[in-house]
Amino acid sequence: MNFDFSDDQRMLRDQAQKFLTDQSPPRVVRDVLEDSAKAYDEKLWGEMAALGWMGTAIPEEYGGAGLCPEDLCVLAEELGRSLAPTPFSSSVYLATEALLLAGSEDQKQKYLPDLAMGETIGCFALAEGVGVPTPKNISVTASNGALSGVKEPVADGDVANFVVVLARSGAADERGMSLYLVDLDGVDRESVETIDPTRSHARLTFNGTSAELLGAEGEGWDLVQKIIDRAAVYFAFEQVGGAQASLDMAVDYAKNRFAFGRPIGSYQAIKHKLADMYIATELARSNAYYGAWAITTGAPDVSVAAAAARVAASEAFNHAARENIQTHGGMGFTWEFDCHMYYRRAKILSLNLGGERRWKDRLISQLEARNAA
Amino acid sequence: MDFTDTPEDAEFRAEVRGWLTANAEEKKPGAIYKAKYGEAALIPLSQEWQTKKFKAGFSGITTPLEYGGRGGTQIQQAIYDQEEVNFLVPRHIGSGIPLVIPTLLVYAKEEDKKQFIPEILRSDKLWCQLFSEPSAGSDLGGIRTRSERDGDDWVINGQKIWTSNAQHADLAILVTRSDPDAEKHKGLTYFYVDMKSPGIEVRPIKQISGMANFNEVFLTDVRIPDSQRLGEEGEGWRVAITTLMNERVSSGARPAPDFEDIFGLARDLEIEDGPAIANAAVREKLAHWYIQARGVDLTRMRTLTAMSRGQTPGPENSISKLVSAFKRQEIALFGMDLMDMGGGLMSRETTPMRAVFQEAALEAPSGRIAAGTDEILRNIIGERVLGLPREVRVDKDKPFRDLPTGV
Ligand SMILES: Cc1cc2nc3c(=O)[nH]c(=O)nc-3n(C[C@H](O)[C@H](O)[C@H](O)COP(=O)(O)OP(=O)(O)OC[C@H]3O[C@@H](n4cnc5c(N)ncnc54)[C@H](O)[C@@H]3O)c2cc1C
Repeated sequence: MNFDFSDDQRMLRDQAQKFLTDQSPPRVVRDVLEDSAKAYDEKLWGEMAALGWMGTAIPEEYGGAGLCPEDLCVLAEELGRSLAPTPFSSSVYLATEALLLAGSEDQKQKYLPDLAMGETIGCFALAEGVGVPTPKNISVTASNGALSGVKEPVADGDVANFVVVLARSGAADERGMSLYLVDLDGVDRESVETIDPTRSHARLTFNGTSAELLGAEGEGWDLVQKIIDRAAVYFAFEQVGGAQASLDMAVDYAKNRFAFGRPIGSYQAIKHKLADMYIATELARSNAYYGAWAITTGAPDVSVAAAAARVAASEAFNHAARENIQTHGGMGFTWEFDCHMYYRRAKILSLNLGGERRWKDRLISQLEARNAA
Repeated sequence: MDFTDTPEDAEFRAEVRGWLTANAEEKKPGAIYKAKYGEAALIPLSQEWQTKKFKAGFSGITTPLEYGGRGGTQIQQAIYDQEEVNFLVPRHIGSGIPLVIPTLLVYAKEEDKKQFIPEILRSDKLWCQLFSEPSAGSDLGGIRTRSERDGDDWVINGQKIWTSNAQHADLAILVTRSDPDAEKHKGLTYFYVDMKSPGIEVRPIKQISGMANFNEVFLTDVRIPDSQRLGEEGEGWRVAITTLMNERVSSGARPAPDFEDIFGLARDLEIEDGPAIANAAVREKLAHWYIQARGVDLTRMRTLTAMSRGQTPGPENSISKLVSAFKRQEIALFGMDLMDMGGGLMSRETTPMRAVFQEAALEAPSGRIAAGTDEILRNIIGERVLGLPREVRVDKDKPFRDLPTGV
């Protein structure tokens, strides 16, 4: 057994960490937070593209680096730690993965090389407002290669070039769902505000918009489950990175802030709080590592591994971000301190692929299914 | 035991309910006063409402008659509060009613009580609390703002922080250090001060939500006449404790979202297998929050019963804020989780209950910090209620100026 990243991967991590410390410091994240006209940091995106990050897991024949999901996980952790304000998760973990999984040869040829270069940005549209999207309630419909209806919130929908959409092509059940590729030029789209303005979101309105099937008709629901399983692992690494950053911030403050003549970290109320944050982050990291291995090797229990990684990471980051604020006292509640940027990101990451409650439910369902098999 | 009102209390409750029905709008589930009117417009509306209450004898129900109050009982105050939460009314702004009146009643001169207390009850004048400093929050005894005697005046220099509503306040209560050579808690002196005094500068601090309700307050050569001192020179800590004791007596107000709101959301919202309220994981959480909300209310009634028998409320009051503040944050975050992929949306127009869960998620962290942090309240329960040995203190029995400090 070797339950750690390889030397090459550790080198990649060190490089990524150094790069993001320089190029995505809190000031860059804050710029996007405070400037409502700014959806993401284009300069950072350009530099990430120059390093070839978007093509990490894209095969060489389509212009990528041909590395494996584990390598992408290494990057995800660092992107999460630095709160990098870019459409990376939508474009790479979702749109690119959807094409790799279900794209025809033509579709791969058309999209993947530009995605690998960061010249095209893709996004993924599943949600239809508040509530849980299910085959019964998906209301965006497809007929004769045209989509109608509204998707919201779509992460990066306001800046992407194309979108992968789940729509109803038949009955209101799993077999009636299909995935479509839609060029976003000319689609009616509007930015919407979410709890984390450092990640842009949009409402997309389709109005007989022409769309191309991705994968076979009627396979949409199954494909979405596969896409989401894989994305859950990448998201988990971002969340672990964010949790670690929140913990680091809290530890640093607890060593230097004095109350009653002592550093607040000398009080067990704070010491135990930080120890609990550490424990949750480490357990999440271990679950994420297993998830990385499972999606890389295509292990049979990949769905269990993905859900476990997702649940542990959502809990760890939400908890660490919340208690980082608490550790900072009044300072933690200010706009000026960075604590809230982690708190916001923690929440949006734990909602974007479906909430914590639903992933816990999914985890147990996947375990049942595995044990029945 | 009897959970029904006595005949006198029932009569009072009927009077209150009648008056509220005639003068305020009844609250529908999920409705929030602030969301309806917007923060900026709140102050005049709050003042108008307080004046109305004052005229009807419902502002300062326990405050003595000679200072404009009703001279009523704690139970009557509780009855009023229980009824008022069912109506859409603006909250009282500033520290006047909860903190300043109880402090003035104990420490102010008669003429000051006669002047200030009715003003506060009508909300003619708003007060703020100049206590916390950059290096003294939980450890309030660590304040550094200096007061130096100069004839009949005191001259104040220093900086306060986190002062809620300082930008709107007419007057403030203020704790200062008059003797840095004395032991930490012995060299403090307490005043009230006119916020328009020369040398006071207020700078707003933006909070997580983007709003700026609290401030930094810089005091430069501010002159305060000795007649505005409350308590003896060097006795400021005792006075501050009187103020803080009242900070922790719960008012019973429950800012949304609370149990009713998440219960309402769960009934209205469809999730993957039907209405959220039918989902076992949701029901488990709802049950937990119900016993907390109800437990806090009932514990408060036990406290009131004890008070009506002449006992003073003890540190067990810390339970209420400790439980309620964390519960509010948890409910806000879970409400968003229940809304699933759309739970991050902030639009008041399209998000359920005018986005109260989302907005509260950004506001609720303060409840666990302001007026005694969760950790400090647990220490109080451990040490003062349970009698556990106290934390070893390194800041006692030394001159204040020799104590170690951090960031
Ligand atoms: C919204 C808001 C409004 C406020 N309004 C006012 C106001 O109007 N007037 C005013 O004077 N102040 C006000 N405050 C200040 C408030 O009282 C302080 O923020 C609070 O007492 C905490 O102090 P601090 O911020 O310095 O944090 P610190 O005291 O530095 O605390 C940092 C962390 O250390 C922990 N800690 C500290 N001591 C101990 C200990 N002994 N054991 C265990 N843990 C410990 C705390 O729990 C916290 O987690 C307000 C604060 C907020 C957030």
